[in-house]
Amino acid sequence: MQFTSFLENGHLTVALTGEIDHHCAKNYIQSIAGKIEAYTPDVCILDFQDVTFVDSSGIAVVINALRSMSQIEGKLVLTGICAQPMRVFRASGIDKLVEIKEAVR
Amino acid sequence: MKFNNFMILEFPSKSSNEAFARSAVACFAAQMDPTLEELGDIRTAVSEAVTNCIVHAYPNELGIITVRCRILKDNILDIVVKDKGVGIADIEQAKRPMFTTGGSDRSGMGFTIMESFMTSFELSSEPGKGTTVHMRRRLQRRK
Ligand SMILES: Nc1ncnc2c1ncn2[C@@H]1O[C@H](COP(=O)(O)OP(=O)(O)O)[C@@H](O)[C@H]1O
Ligand SMILES: [Mg+2]
Repeated sequence: MQFTSFLENGHLTVALTGEIDHHCAKNYIQSIAGKIEAYTPDVCILDFQDVTFVDSSGIAVVINALRSMSQIEGKLVLTGICAQPMRVFRASGIDKLVEIKEAVR
Repeated sequence: MKFNNFMILEFPSKSSNEAFARSAVACFAAQMDPTLEELGDIRTAVSEAVTNCIVHAYPNELGIITVRCRILKDNILDIVVKDKGVGIADIEQAKRPMFTTGGSDRSGMGFTIMESFMTSFELSSEPGKGTTVHMRRRLQRRK
């Protein structure tokens, strides 16, 4: 698992990388929750540009981030989602729960 | 009679094998000339089935997972993922979207994804004996 994050004008951007499966999901969930708690951003942007694969563990990552952002009355946005992750998000209905920007490249 | 190609994998239920299993099946499927989307769907479904063995079938110990792939006529990839773990008491309940006995790091969408990404999907299980997922995906013939 590898990720970078930065805060700008109350917007926290978290850039995820690689393949998100059960093997690394727990780490992602905890790290993202930690960042949100530390910075209490108005908006959290999960950047999927460098994510090449997700399975249903990736859905849990998004849902947990959504829960953390709801608790502080902030908003969650997903960006840069490639074709395979997008199919998984659509099949699970996640695309109806969170705002998705710049989908399928 | 034409001899159909097949392969069998056996590995312990370590989570580092999730990536190995889905990649190995994708490599095997490559000879069928799949589209990127088909390959992505196969990788995802295998990842779900294998992860379930690791997380649910063998919760407190390591056990053996078997993955068998066959190429059938009409360009069909046949996949069986099998464990000898705890089994599932209520199969209909387990298949329901968002049903999970796992923690907050599970979404309960594994079976829903396998069902929607594969051409056919069958789940059989016996408590105490283990669980078998049988999936097939018919691949488009590319002109
Ligand atoms: N191989 C298995 N052995 C035992 N129980 C399983 C197995 N696969 C799935 N299950 C049960 O079915 C439920 C639903 O599985 P799934 O749809 O993949 O969601 P998740 O893995 O997120 O819980 C699991 O929570 C578990 O209770
Ligand atoms: Mg699962």
